[in-house]
Amino acid sequence: MSQIEEVSLEKFKHLVSERALTGETMLLNMGPQHPSTHGVLRLLLELDGEVVVNCIPDIGFLHTGIEKNMEAKTYQKAEVMTDRLDYMNTMGNNLAYVMAVEKLVDLDVPARAQGLRVILTELQRIASHLVWLGTSGLDLAAMSMFLYCFREREQILDIFELVSGQRMMTTYFRPGGVWRDVPVEFEKAVRDFIKIFPKRIDEYETLLTKNPLFIDRMVDIGYLSKETALSYGVTGPALRASGVDWDLRKARPYCGYEQYDFNVPTRTEGDTYARYLVRIDELRESLRIVEQALNKLPLGPVRSENRKFVPPPRSEIGVSMEALIHHFKLWTEGFPAPKASIYSAVESPRGELALMLEGDGGPKPLRVHLRTPSFDNLGVLSEIVKGHLVADLVAILASIDIVLGDIDR
Amino acid sequence: MNKNLEPVVKAIQDKFGATYEEFRDEVHLFVKPEQIVEALTLLRDEQEFELLSALTATDYWPQESPRFHVIYQFTSLAKNLSVQIRVPLNGSSPKVQTVTAVYASANWRERELLDMFGIEVEGHPDPRRILMPDDHVGHPLRKDYPLGYEEPQFTFNFDEIDLRKPYAKE
Repeated sequence: MSQIEEVSLEKFKHLVSERALTGETMLLNMGPQHPSTHGVLRLLLELDGEVVVNCIPDIGFLHTGIEKNMEAKTYQKAEVMTDRLDYMNTMGNNLAYVMAVEKLVDLDVPARAQGLRVILTELQRIASHLVWLGTSGLDLAAMSMFLYCFREREQILDIFELVSGQRMMTTYFRPGGVWRDVPVEFEKAVRDFIKIFPKRIDEYETLLTKNPLFIDRMVDIGYLSKETALSYGVTGPALRASGVDWDLRKARPYCGYEQYDFNVPTRTEGDTYARYLVRIDELRESLRIVEQALNKLPLGPVRSENRKFVPPPRSEIGVSMEALIHHFKLWTEGFPAPKASIYSAVESPRGELALMLEGDGGPKPLRVHLRTPSFDNLGVLSEIVKGHLVADLVAILASIDIVLGDIDR
Repeated sequence: MNKNLEPVVKAIQDKFGATYEEFRDEVHLFVKPEQIVEALTLLRDEQEFELLSALTATDYWPQESPRFHVIYQFTSLAKNLSVQIRVPLNGSSPKVQTVTAVYASANWRERELLDMFGIEVEGHPDPRRILMPDDHVGHPLRKDYPLGYEEPQFTFNFDEIDLRKPYAKE
């Protein structure tokens, strides 16, 4: 036993302080099996009493080689891997992937598909923030928050099941559009949600926002300055809570986000409470986008007519020889993409989710790199927890909202 | 090319003699490995590229020179621009200098480079593997690393493959 400890300390020697080597401070493992690490994350903590001196995150427990796997599949078939990345944001991952493929092969998307993509990714953003709100409430001992949040999230997952047949691993967006048009019940389901959700946000806020116990645990904890955030590549709500007004939906509109009227909530305090407030405001803004997109949703096709990239509808296969050939070619061989590389980014609930996609002229990508926001956001953790209590570490970790599937890929 | 990006490309070209490629309005600048720290410092301090969005590599195996491109993707929040810098490296002992002093986010990204591609990062403050276990052999994202398919065994090569199969033997 003692031998194992010595070896592991040797490995981390350059990361801990001198006092750890003399035994003055204590090294403690938090995770990988720990409810507050939101997955399989191991944190090696150097503690002086209850104060964190150093924190060394150890990741990779959930590494499944998604990038390598995607490189061995055709462009259509690689899409299912993206669902498994950030399992709180499956629609958003699909969107990032299909947008990258569309940019690489230069494929147009019909307006109705764009509208559906916006509605569903914004609903997904709400669902993701609800999981964050519920679990961070749970970490701070507000048990009831978790139950309330999951009640609303369930309603969104039901909408996903309605459109794609799946609650989580949707793969609903496809290069050139979406899988198929939404059923007639879709509009009512979304309208029901739009109607009840604002009241529910007020309910969450009554429980938490002005709660003195909650504020005590959140205010002035885990301060992240603007400069540190940018240097560490932090994006998303964590960056906006540090006073940087940067949202890809506003800065570089995609999918027709420029048509919708919404604000980008920002805060300047940079602490855990600011990150909480930014996300709560984002719930409201996302709901506004969903409502506008649903009102504006045009009628028309939901998939591109470009048969070199998009398979024909099933109904055509029985009557048209060309359709049969296209269907067969696309699902066996796939479509070729140019020998070039593109970088395409979207705003996920956690920050900038981007794909670097490199084609080699054939039907399979030469290189897929997933720039996942949680990876960089977790990188800053060891910087901002220094000097805080272990209990505050839990609050900070919850406030940067990581998903381990997103980090380990 | 976006006309706001032109001065940036020109600055890098003038200073480092970089060549560039363009595809779908994206610009890739090619610089030499020894210039990378200087080029990044110039981008951050003079051209306001505050964010190192991504740092990764591509393996062009079986091509040997260059075998790798190390890729640095930048975003400028102030100017709303993106640019990519690529560093071609040869297949035998690929090596780049660390840029952690310029962008702190490079720390984990460079560890990933080391782990996944076996590209050595000179002067890195914490050169450990990041995703794979410490005792793992090989670099998974290299093209000559197998995806994990089982080799089909036939009568003529059964024993040969059986010998190197990684299951417990008596």
